[in-house]
Amino acid sequence: MAVTKKSNQDFKQLLASASCALFAGNTLAVEVQEDWKYDAATLIYVEGDSRVTAIEPVISATKTYDSETKLNIKVAGDTLTGASPNGATPSDAVQTYTGPSGNGSYTTPANEQPLDDTFKDTRVSAAVNWVAPLNRDWSYGTGGYISSEHDYLSLGVNGSLSRYFNQKNTTLSFGLALASDTISPVGGTPEGLTVMSAYTGDDDDDDDDDGGDDDEDDDESSESKNGVDVIFGVTQVINRKTIMQFNYGISSASGYNTDPYKILSVIDDSSGTNYGGNYQIDGSNVYLYEKRPESRVKQSIYWQTKYQLDNNDILNLSYRYMFDDWGVTSHTVDFKYRFRFEKQYFEPQVRWYKQSKADFYQRYLTSSNYQTEDYASSDYRLGDLDTITLGLRYGYQFEDNTEFYTRFSVYQQTNTGDQGFGKLVSQELYPDTTATMLTLGYKF
Amino acid sequence: MKPIMLLKTLPLVSTILLLGCSDLGVKPWERDLLAQDDMSIISEPLESGLNDHIYFSKEASSGGQGFGGGGCGCN
Repeated sequence: MAVTKKSNQDFKQLLASASCALFAGNTLAVEVQEDWKYDAATLIYVEGDSRVTAIEPVISATKTYDSETKLNIKVAGDTLTGASPNGATPSDAVQTYTGPSGNGSYTTPANEQPLDDTFKDTRVSAAVNWVAPLNRDWSYGTGGYISSEHDYLSLGVNGSLSRYFNQKNTTLSFGLALASDTISPVGGTPEGLTVMSAYTGDDDDDDDDDGGDDDEDDDESSESKNGVDVIFGVTQVINRKTIMQFNYGISSASGYNTDPYKILSVIDDSSGTNYGGNYQIDGSNVYLYEKRPESRVKQSIYWQTKYQLDNNDILNLSYRYMFDDWGVTSHTVDFKYRFRFEKQYFEPQVRWYKQSKADFYQRYLTSSNYQTEDYASSDYRLGDLDTITLGLRYGYQFEDNTEFYTRFSVYQQTNTGDQGFGKLVSQELYPDTTATMLTLGYKF
Repeated sequence: MKPIMLLKTLPLVSTILLLGCSDLGVKPWERDLLAQDDMSIISEPLESGLNDHIYFSKEASSGGQGFGGGGCGCN
């Protein structure tokens, strides 16, 4: 037998470490060394048409105690600047909106996309995760995170349990994550589906909308949202070159699911010269704050396969089907192929995503329905949406086991939907968005 | 499909999968390729995290491979 003492030891390590990492943030490395290993990167994200620019530095430190016991700490920052769609429709006249703080205003020139250029944010987040074996057949993981922005705070904990079967060729996993978010919109929480006041921020206490139990609408209020995520997973070694994973996930978010900064235009649908134009009261355009249901349950089915070819290249293919009780369904296919050379690799990537709109998504409201809707949002992220990502990652491994890598990708979003009526038809209601992303990273 | 129904059928599905999977797999000494970092299910966790964050803030779906992203006011 050509099995040496050294390779026996290798087997032990390999066997232990090849068991499957199920949950994001937990990786298993081959080397068993009680050192910290770091992965540091910065992502630069730039949208076309001078929209959002984001810079996100992140560092992840992993201490390996043995092949199955690891501690991971991740810290990330996030700076966003630029302009984001406020949800209103473009118009043939200049539009003026009250700023999010309620005391300023911003305008959109005629025939241009309404963007909120007061959009700015800085986020800091930290996460800690621990994975360890319980015994030969069981392992567990636990972790927590905090993420803070000037108007948003999120705290979360998670735990997972894995059971190995069939000589660790099959791993069943169960994971549970709890999150508690606090939202403190600048200038207070607007009451959903009420009219945005024309200039200064002191908002209505008035009428319309039936039974909104969004909090009271006055300044400095904060809202909360609680999340529960459950995942069941099966990871299966198929053969020496193939590993496969199936997950079923269910995720519930209850509380304030609305975006406090998004509004909807009200379009005049009474026949006349303003048919398809902005509906006005007392000479001012009418805009409503959006409102989403206070509960959302999402479910997903996920399948992933990794296959190593005879030439050592690796193919990584995944598919996700997601559906929720807001009426959104989506399909995601992600394909990566890693060309591996002795010291370096190239990894082209294609990701395709298609979603159908939420039941309450409307690109605009009309003068005849704006007082009768229970929920409405014109957030393009809840509309009919197709996106495609094309990416290329390159990595170079140095003699000392460190690695430099970079990834460039282009992300394109295409929305489709109702084209409006009257004057609105000549407006571009669903502009495409293109973003380019560059990541530079170093593992050491 | 109702969540409760899925939860009820889950043990059955798991059992079938387990039985079906018992013929699959490798012997411990055949794990050389699977043990490579590049072959782990999430081989680039940092990249996955950054991407999840972008997609969470631009699309209505999240999660699947792991927990559903989130933790920010970006969506």
